[in-house]
Amino acid sequence: MYKIVEKKDLAPNIVSMDILAPRVANSAQPGQFVIVIVDEAGERIPLTICNYDKEKGTVNIVIQAMGSSTKKIAALNEGDYLKDFVGPLGRPSDYVNADIEEVKKQRVLFVAGGVGAAPVYPQARWFHEHGIGVDVIIGAKTKELIILEDEMREVAANVYIATDDGSYGFNGMVTGLMEELIVNQGKEYDLVVAIGPMIMMKFVCLLTKKLGIKTIVSLNPIMVDGTGMCGACRVTVGNETKFACVDGPEFDGHLVDFDEALKRLAQYREEELELAKRGEEKTCTCQHGGAN
Amino acid sequence: MDRFKRVPISVQDPKERITNFDEVCLGYTEEEAMAEAKRCLNCKHHPCVGNCPVNIHIPRFIKHIAEGEFEEAAHVLAEQTALPAVCGRVCPQEEQCEKVCVLGIKGEPVSIGKLERFAADWARQHNINLAKTKEKNGFKVAVVGSGPAGITCAGDLAKEGYDVTIFEALHEPGGVLVYGIPEFRLPKETVVKPEIENLKKLGVKIETNVIVGRTVTIDSLLNEEGFHAVFIGSGAGLPKFMGIAGENLNGVFSANEFLTRNNLMKAFREDYDTPIKVGSRVAVIGGGNVAMDAARTALRLGAEVWIVYRRTEKELPARVEEVHHAKEEGIKFEFLTNPIEIIGNEDGWVKSIRCQRMELGEPDESGRRRPVPIIGSEFEIEVDTVIMALGTSPNPLIPATTSGLDINNKKCIVVDENGQTSREGVFAGGDVVTGSATVILAMGAGKKAAKGIDKYIKEKYGEKAEA
Ligand SMILES: Cc1cc2nc3c(=O)[nH]c(=O)nc-3n(C[C@H](O)[C@H](O)[C@H](O)COP(=O)(O)OP(=O)(O)OC[C@H]3O[C@@H](n4cnc5c(N)ncnc54)[C@H](O)[C@@H]3O)c2cc1C
Ligand SMILES: Cc1cc2nc3c(=O)[nH]c(=O)nc-3n(C[C@H](O)[C@H](O)[C@H](O)COP(=O)(O)OP(=O)(O)OC[C@H]3O[C@@H](n4cnc5c(N)ncnc54)[C@H](O)[C@@H]3O)c2cc1C
Ligand code: SF4
Ligand code: SF4
Ligand code: FES
Ligand SMILES: [Mg+2]
Repeated sequence: MYKIVEKKDLAPNIVSMDILAPRVANSAQPGQFVIVIVDEAGERIPLTICNYDKEKGTVNIVIQAMGSSTKKIAALNEGDYLKDFVGPLGRPSDYVNADIEEVKKQRVLFVAGGVGAAPVYPQARWFHEHGIGVDVIIGAKTKELIILEDEMREVAANVYIATDDGSYGFNGMVTGLMEELIVNQGKEYDLVVAIGPMIMMKFVCLLTKKLGIKTIVSLNPIMVDGTGMCGACRVTVGNETKFACVDGPEFDGHLVDFDEALKRLAQYREEELELAKRGEEKTCTCQHGGAN
Repeated sequence: MDRFKRVPISVQDPKERITNFDEVCLGYTEEEAMAEAKRCLNCKHHPCVGNCPVNIHIPRFIKHIAEGEFEEAAHVLAEQTALPAVCGRVCPQEEQCEKVCVLGIKGEPVSIGKLERFAADWARQHNINLAKTKEKNGFKVAVVGSGPAGITCAGDLAKEGYDVTIFEALHEPGGVLVYGIPEFRLPKETVVKPEIENLKKLGVKIETNVIVGRTVTIDSLLNEEGFHAVFIGSGAGLPKFMGIAGENLNGVFSANEFLTRNNLMKAFREDYDTPIKVGSRVAVIGGGNVAMDAARTALRLGAEVWIVYRRTEKELPARVEEVHHAKEEGIKFEFLTNPIEIIGNEDGWVKSIRCQRMELGEPDESGRRRPVPIIGSEFEIEVDTVIMALGTSPNPLIPATTSGLDINNKKCIVVDENGQTSREGVFAGGDVVTGSATVILAMGAGKKAAKGIDKYIKEKYGEKAEA
């Protein structure tokens, strides 16, 4: 059992939790993820490692409540326990083990969509700690869903905000803001790192391909074991089948077959909706119905 | 009684059992077991024993059953095996002990596996404590993986007085016994869990959710956590795909994914959260135990199921009993058939599978006649789900994160006659060494390595660790 030692609400339906898991904290590196099982009946779901504290033995995760498992987790409180918490999984980001002098020469733009800001934060911080200032775009549907803005400003050279409804920052999608910065304002980047919904990463890659900027994406396909044992996480990268949990999760975005990946994400949609319905029936506290 | 005929064993009716996940074979009653045990000739040279990879003293345990001394029978088993209730159920007996049974020359061999299962079940049902350990010697051994190889190695070392910790990547110990082999062949709560509990009674500690190579490394276990030796029993869990067009369509799964969702994650139960996709028409590709298990699981989840296998029935690598049960249950077999493409609909879901008929040609390296395609024989089977059961290979994670650990061209870890790898103090055994094989061979390897580790540690550090 793994204790939730701290919980914070970041935005509606987005929570941050520090989990006591010393072995994971001790080995974690930027770019890696964990697999969590909430309770006895729970499924195995992957979540990015957003931060870790080796001294306290804690790992920070940020969860967007969207379906039955993430809602169950988000509903837990400080002092509660997660049944299972395993990691760190996947390969660390390439720059972690690269020649630091080479890394320093790169002008990097991070593009974070929605809850993707959480995994981008420790990466931006890693660059900051190595004396490199990076630019970050945080995009969300609306102002109140922008998370970690203050934290990001402390570690990034520039932070730009985009909201779909224009309620804060640039009015439009992250790709619109990228064009504004790169095409209209003439900013130059050698590397884009995009983390967010699959559909956002697809469009970022279409744009950066056109602009000729190398792009790394962190793929989030459906996973089960997260150790290379099931093949549920298959993605096509450069015409080869890869297992995202062991070969990734980060890949060269220009080589990823996003259309296939998007289709595969919908594979259990019917079952997920069914389960969500069951969950609601169980927890329904409404007054109507029961009396007849 | 006809000495050459087996006492028949009762099984769940096929029509009934395809609607549930309860065990198919119901086992012997006390009277049936005693009658079957009496058939054993108690041969002086007992060839059966030498053909059991863990050398269970077969005539001795069977004699106890024949005389109604079931507890004694269980103690004889416990001398050699940590998993009798498991092996009695899933061992390919016809290829092992029973193959050389003297009675088999003129008639049917003794049902050794079924008797082993009987004695183990009896001991469990009567809460017999089989744990016998020597005094603690203070040496620490780490075991990677909790499948049959790891369980056996850990159990043997604990009995010798070692302080053993198993590190398991998944959240449940048991390896393939838990995630792969289905409930209807190997019940988890009543058979697998108690055998793992027995291991804990021997003092073995099990840490789940630890991936060696990620959470910790072999080097950190040896250098930082003070283990005197490590045994790697991490299995061969990496699924193979065919590399044909359409394999990443929605509705194509590895048998590992399908079985893990169903068995480990209990997707067949309404009250568990993990989803599973079955569809109404399922093709399972392959002919081993894994293919049979995937097919019979899909059948129980309500589908119509075909097994597509490129050789003939004679070459099926699955256990004979499983093939027999699969047929009884209504699984359809397409022999001498090989898939060449999976065809999808416009939404990216499987629609059909294109196959080619084969014929047997010249023998290949393995001595089996190689299947060769018949030109112009292509045809389609309409299915909405395809399950690939083509075999597995060892996960490269541990060799990739452990310096100086030699592997061969099949990615299997190389060991010497004591089970030691190219790294001093690091031993290995089971599927990670042989490629996917059997429970009993993995146990045999775990046993051998336990002896090797005992010898290695005592030669290097003496009889007891310094306090
Ligand atoms: C490497 C990786 C890192 C991730 N990091 C985060 C993170 O930091 N924070 C966060 O909130 N989410 C993260 N996700 C996504 C998260 O795993 C899914 O949102 C979650 O599994 C949904 O489960 P559910 O039961 O709540 O919703 P459901 O209703 O079951 O599913 C909603 C959608 O989530 C996706 N999904 C469902 N099951 C899985 C699964 N087993 N594996 C992956 N995706 C699935 C599917 O697209 C599905 O349609 C990550 C995914 C991956 C692969
Ligand atoms: C569906 C199916 C049906 C089968 N049916 C039969 C049968 O009827 N009869 C028979 O004799 N054999 C059968 N087999 C084969 C048999 O199960 C295997 O040969 C046997 O389990 C191998 O044992 P093992 O201990 O080497 O590995 P496994 O049982 O594979 O156990 C390895 C364990 O190591 C863990 N692990 C892997 N990597 C790591 C790591 N890096 N860190 C920590 N832990 C790790 C895994 O999670 C797993 O729990 C079947 C196999 C399958 C898949
Ligand atoms: S373990 Fe297997 S080979 Fe050994 S006696 Fe039992 S059934 Fe036979
Ligand atoms: S060979 Fe057969 S008959 Fe002889 S001891 Fe073994 S089991 Fe009994
Ligand atoms: S999640 Fe199972 S192989 Fe990647
Ligand atoms: Mg879910």
